[in-house]
Amino acid sequence: MFDINSYHKANSVDEAIALLSQNPDAIPMAGGTDILVRLHGHNKKFSHLVDIHNVIELQNVTIENDGTIVIGSGMTFTGLAHSSVIRENIPVLNEGGSSVGGPQVRNVATVGGNICNGAPSGDSASPLLVLNATVELKGPDGVRHLPLYEFYQGPGQVDRKDGEIMTCLRIAPGDYKGWSAYYYKYAMREAMDIATIGCAAACKVENGKIAGLRLGFTVAGPTPLRCWRTEEKASGMGANEELLDMVENSVLSDLRPRDSWRAAKDFREQIIKTLAKRVLREALKRNTEME
Amino acid sequence: MVVGKAVQRVDGVAKVTGKARYTDDFTMPGMRVAKYLRSTISHGRVTFIDTSQAKALPGVDGVFTFQDVPKRIYATAGHPFSLDPHHMDVADRYLLTDHVRYMGDEIAIVVAVNDLVATKALSLIDVEYESYQPLVEVSDILSKDAVEIHKGSGNIVKSHSFVAGGDLDAVKEECDRLIKGRYKTQIVQHCHLENHTAYAYMDDLDRIVIVSSTQIPHIARRIVGEALEMDVGFIRVIKPAIGGGFGNKQDVILEPMVAFLTKKLDGIPVRLKLDREEGMIGTRVRHPFDVKVQVGLDREGTVKLIDFDALSITGAYASHGHSIVSAGAAKTHYMYPRAVYSCKTKTIYSNIPAAGAMRAYGSPQMTFAIECAMEEAARSFGMDSVEFRLKNGARAGDKSQITKKPIMTCGLLDSIYKGKELINWDKKRAAWSAEQTGQVRNGLGVAIFSYGSGTYPVCVEPASARLILNQDGSAHLQVGATEIGQGSDTALAQMAAETLGFTFEKIHVVSAQDTDVTPFDTGSYASRQTYVTGQAVMRTAEQLKTKILAHASVITGLDSELITIVGDDIVIAEDPKIAVLSVRDVAIDAYYNKERGGQITAEATYKVRNNPHVFGCTFVDITVDIPLCRVKINEIYNVHDSGIIINPVTAEGQVHGGMAMGIGAALFEELMVDPDSGKIYNNNLLDYKVPTIMDIPDLGAAFIETNEPTHPYGSKSLGEPPIISQAPAIRNAILDATGVAINELPMSPKTIFKYFKNAGLI
Repeated sequence: MFDINSYHKANSVDEAIALLSQNPDAIPMAGGTDILVRLHGHNKKFSHLVDIHNVIELQNVTIENDGTIVIGSGMTFTGLAHSSVIRENIPVLNEGGSSVGGPQVRNVATVGGNICNGAPSGDSASPLLVLNATVELKGPDGVRHLPLYEFYQGPGQVDRKDGEIMTCLRIAPGDYKGWSAYYYKYAMREAMDIATIGCAAACKVENGKIAGLRLGFTVAGPTPLRCWRTEEKASGMGANEELLDMVENSVLSDLRPRDSWRAAKDFREQIIKTLAKRVLREALKRNTEME
Repeated sequence: MVVGKAVQRVDGVAKVTGKARYTDDFTMPGMRVAKYLRSTISHGRVTFIDTSQAKALPGVDGVFTFQDVPKRIYATAGHPFSLDPHHMDVADRYLLTDHVRYMGDEIAIVVAVNDLVATKALSLIDVEYESYQPLVEVSDILSKDAVEIHKGSGNIVKSHSFVAGGDLDAVKEECDRLIKGRYKTQIVQHCHLENHTAYAYMDDLDRIVIVSSTQIPHIARRIVGEALEMDVGFIRVIKPAIGGGFGNKQDVILEPMVAFLTKKLDGIPVRLKLDREEGMIGTRVRHPFDVKVQVGLDREGTVKLIDFDALSITGAYASHGHSIVSAGAAKTHYMYPRAVYSCKTKTIYSNIPAAGAMRAYGSPQMTFAIECAMEEAARSFGMDSVEFRLKNGARAGDKSQITKKPIMTCGLLDSIYKGKELINWDKKRAAWSAEQTGQVRNGLGVAIFSYGSGTYPVCVEPASARLILNQDGSAHLQVGATEIGQGSDTALAQMAAETLGFTFEKIHVVSAQDTDVTPFDTGSYASRQTYVTGQAVMRTAEQLKTKILAHASVITGLDSELITIVGDDIVIAEDPKIAVLSVRDVAIDAYYNKERGGQITAEATYKVRNNPHVFGCTFVDITVDIPLCRVKINEIYNVHDSGIIINPVTAEGQVHGGMAMGIGAALFEELMVDPDSGKIYNNNLLDYKVPTIMDIPDLGAAFIETNEPTHPYGSKSLGEPPIISQAPAIRNAILDATGVAINELPMSPKTIFKYFKNAGLI
């Protein structure tokens, strides 16, 4: 039994915004796969709900004329896996999305929920980070956009203001065309698990040199993180073993893994270094195949 | 032949279609729910408790604390009653306590109309504690100044030692080589799909009816009587379909409480159902062991002695703690029975959740220690791991050093040969270089096991069965033994059909046990059902057959020696093709003929006084990814000598389930304790890593069928043995691949990281 104080079902984004604005304690619920677990634990913070699960306008993936990919926040991970736009242009997002929970969870869990819950471990976060995704939010004061890495503010904290709904994630053509990417989730189990470390790498190689490199990690800090310093160092380097060694040695300087009973810091660091190298190697391999 | 055939499980369709009814599927008008108030400290005393606000909450029927329960201490371990006062279970529990012994100890309970009201009421209870130092580390628990977790215990449940087969010191003196090792196993939890749940009501003002997910209805009835000071005749326990137990329901956990509550509340039905988070701390876990082993060998690599010093931690309450480590030692002794066997064991209390019975009862822990040490021994001689075990492992005719009785059937060596062949041991050995380099390496591992077929002679082994011939020529089979998912109903029905000459479909097993009507059997544990209960079923079936033939003889005038039953017909014994009449004809006549007959029933009870041992091994082929600290199982096989296999498909299923659980304990699972507070970090199925189907490789099972002479169908146990030997086999394969000996469980990436780092591999 769940101790729910108020529950409203919204049929549109505007209705959801209105409902959220009326009740500052209310939070939007999409798939409910995190919130219902909190409610099972009698967590009072989740007892006022605005259900956006059936808001159809949030549930599509489109590609705009200029090539911008627009991912509705209400897309389930199963839905993303079936989207030809995603599969053909940014398969790395499905590598993250298909590692969420198990099939039943992926049938209802949404990409918007995975980002908005602010978890340092969100499986779609590091692919979206290396795709330079921007977040679109709509609220009582209108629409605003911000880069995903700015949206994350701390563990469990995102820059979603009262009354706001994340409507979509946008990926500009320059952030995926000519890029290749790969994601690997390191967890204690092959399914039904949260990442111990999640790593995504994206790269763009021109004339054998790195024209762009992005690395995104989950569970390597209080929020999902990009590796800015390492990325900058990589720029212009040859796409070779030297690059991979540099990345392996540099990546920890960008990250802040912590000690917890779930995993010790030195163990996480070992996995981070190994993944940085292996995941980037795979992304580079894909780039070669692309050419 | 019905025995030996892969007939479909009698409960299979009902279970996979969701039609089987479990304890929580039953409800009654006016049923209330109960919820425990659990302590928020792990060691101390409740100095103040105020329940007045909780009691005043609308929808609350009652709030009871340690002040309200009978001042009666009882034991919860689900063993048969022992006539020997030195062999009684340890009585150390009250229904509720003010003396807190683990974080989550039960200090009060609320009964209310629903879960939410009950939860709200719990939040309204005021409690103050006096805290003592949480005793989690062994050095603290056994320190002279330690507070006693149970008064007068010195924090020791039991110490036990024995030497079997010779003079330890003399043999040690003769040994050419002494291999020493120390091995630690972790706390794991059963994680049966169906959590603990029970409800109770009173059918009149004197008698209590308890419906419970239990492996041991008859024992539960006795223990409820002990806890509430009631004669068992006033208690009725019903066990419907059950979603797994693995030993955690061989303990009496909720039944005395629901009985107490309904009695207090004028007999209204009260349900007490633990959720997963509660169950993982508030029921039982597997005992963690810390085992020091010495293996003595002569210059040819023959094992001359095995010497243990084993420490087992039982947690807050004794439960099965007094018996598990010695049972593990005794059952594993049969692996290398020609060696002198010396065993020193100590079981201690601690301020962590109570450990109890769990599948294979101490043997997985002991086998991990022995089979790791044996691997070191083999390698110290440069001997092949398989050859070493073939040289030293048990053979039929070997005598147990403990019981002095010969091992009558032993398929150990054949199992090893079979496993070796299945995994292609020699070919892979030859193909792989001895000194591997690189980040990803291959390894092969082997480990053997032995186990019992019941608890005799430590405990009494009673079993009973009843068969009733129906008017349609079928028979109802009632047993006191419990189907808990292992397939015993099916195996017992096969044996009944075989003896009777009935087709399998003509046996209807009454799967639910009800102590008011079910014949006495102590229940499902110790892998005893096919071996022990099977013997009662066989005797019952023989009786029924004799009675059917006697009535057929009255009808036909044929001497009953001339006829028998084949394929549901009465036939001429000499020429079974000649059917005289059907069993159905006999039944109709017996029931309804005005001048003769009556209901044809049979009942037998039998105490088994044997305990044949089962043997087998695990072979595994793995890949170790060194930088990722990860083991991948490429191939794994379990080979079992469990005597004649009654049902090959359910037997294979049992082996697969055990192997998956064994792999979980080897590589994934660990209940983690905060050493400072005694808090369990991961009492949920997200953070406690039971492997998923994605983590379990294809599982190979094979059987070496010996014909056990003490069982009517040649069968021996198979319930628990499949879980025993995966961890040491995998550990030995990691050693093979990397040269690193991992001597603690689980061999999760976190553990492997620590060892690889120490070894300089990463």
